[in-house]
Amino acid sequence: MESSDKKNTSGGDTRRDFLKKSSLMTAIALTPSVAVKAAENQVDESFAELFEKIPLNLTVNNKAHSTKIEPRVTLLDYLREELHLTGTKKGCDHGQCGACTVHIDGARVNSCLSLAVMNEGKKITTIEGLSSGDELHPMQQAFIKHDGFQCGYCTPGQIMSAVACIREGHANSRAEISEFMSGNICRCGAYPNIVDAIVEVKKGGAAI
Amino acid sequence: MINFQYLRTTSAKSAIALLSKDKNAKFLAGGTNLIDLMKRGVSSPDKLIDINHVPLKQIEQVGNKIHIGALASNTAVAESALIKEKLPLLAQALEAGASAQLRNVATVGGNMMQRTRCGYFYDTEMPCNKRKPGSGCGAIGGFNRMHAIFGTSENCIAVHPSDMCVALVALDAEVILANAKGERRILFKDFHRLPGDTPQLDNNLKNDELIVRLEIPIHPFSKNIHYLKVRDRTSYAFALVSAAVAIELQGNQIKDVRLALGGVAHKPWRLTSSEAFLKGKEATLENFQQAAQLAMADAKGYGENDFKLKLTPNTIIEALNLAKSKA
Repeated sequence: MESSDKKNTSGGDTRRDFLKKSSLMTAIALTPSVAVKAAENQVDESFAELFEKIPLNLTVNNKAHSTKIEPRVTLLDYLREELHLTGTKKGCDHGQCGACTVHIDGARVNSCLSLAVMNEGKKITTIEGLSSGDELHPMQQAFIKHDGFQCGYCTPGQIMSAVACIREGHANSRAEISEFMSGNICRCGAYPNIVDAIVEVKKGGAAI
Repeated sequence: MINFQYLRTTSAKSAIALLSKDKNAKFLAGGTNLIDLMKRGVSSPDKLIDINHVPLKQIEQVGNKIHIGALASNTAVAESALIKEKLPLLAQALEAGASAQLRNVATVGGNMMQRTRCGYFYDTEMPCNKRKPGSGCGAIGGFNRMHAIFGTSENCIAVHPSDMCVALVALDAEVILANAKGERRILFKDFHRLPGDTPQLDNNLKNDELIVRLEIPIHPFSKNIHYLKVRDRTSYAFALVSAAVAIELQGNQIKDVRLALGGVAHKPWRLTSSEAFLKGKEATLENFQQAAQLAMADAKGYGENDFKLKLTPNTIIEALNLAKSKA
């Protein structure tokens, strides 16, 4: 709490605290452009700054995108809500389940714990970017062949993680695969079949 | 998540300058702990200063030390050929932590700065002296199976969850910190704090400082080392107890030894009295058992975590045995 904050007349909280907690927050979240303008007219500069949208340029599945976005939007929400790439799933939203796994500049990452604005200039690959047109990626084919899923919700994250696991060189044994796939949880319990799929793709030796 | 101002910078100097302008600003590196805390309303900075583009990612040998930049990712350090050769204990500890996805973005500095925490810290409906000083400790008398047995206070019994830091405290690392005036260095063992009467402070980093790099002396400990992590599932879980062990053997005699524990205290827990006991002695099971008992001198259970009073010495003995038996 900063000493420069002015006291709100309706209570003991500072003005900033009040604004943070008030329903104005909801209004701004729902109707950004109108409400932000209102906020700019009514509140001090530091508050207006909080809602500044940041320019963002990045490439998703080989397609360049430019937008302006609130800093608090995660890469996951940007992909799903703005680009409508809903293949990437929101599971726990706290980096514990791996359903949101995407590749950022080739490395697998939990997109729920990455702010979209942190990815300026980065190349993102999602599950939608893995196949070549209608032809499935070998890992996608292997998951189907080995029944590597039941409900399918964790599958996009599992597949993105599995591809990275082989590319990293961490798929040399079933034990190593299990260890390096441990950031992807499957509550249906398809683990043995997922490992089968990864083993097959690895043994196939094709460049993935 | 409450919104915030986002700034990006490419130099340590400007990052420090930006931080000093706003006392509710925070540095943003990998973000794997901070963004999670912000989503849960546990942390709500006004301003995030993205330091991911500050050139502090080096992993290099300088004289007889290894230097690791604060922004090197956990994966980059764990996979580095130099680290695997010179500091294999650190590589092992890193691979035991988190998941591949988290390690790819989590940084060395961020790993150190992740909050010492427990479920009560995360649950904003519950009392927690660390999150809200003076509100009480929910874990004392509550669910405390994961909690500390060493160095606790009546205010907090949370543990620091890092694996990397356990290896670093064992390896006598030093931390280089910078503010606007210049750099200072502190021993890694003095970086993190015990809870005492100020459990809201996890470490001794000042609020105008940036972690710049680690310096780790190259020990003759490249063979007989082991990081043993005991947890509820085989992988991707916090330690119940972990032990970092490095032994320098001459025949069967212990010339030098390093021992540290994770999952048992508010900070990575170095076992100096056990080390002093073992130095010069034969590497026998009996001596390992005595060293483990020495380590437990000031241990205290809080009910659900009483099992750690038995598990901890057993983990120490097993880790010493495993380190010794490496050919």
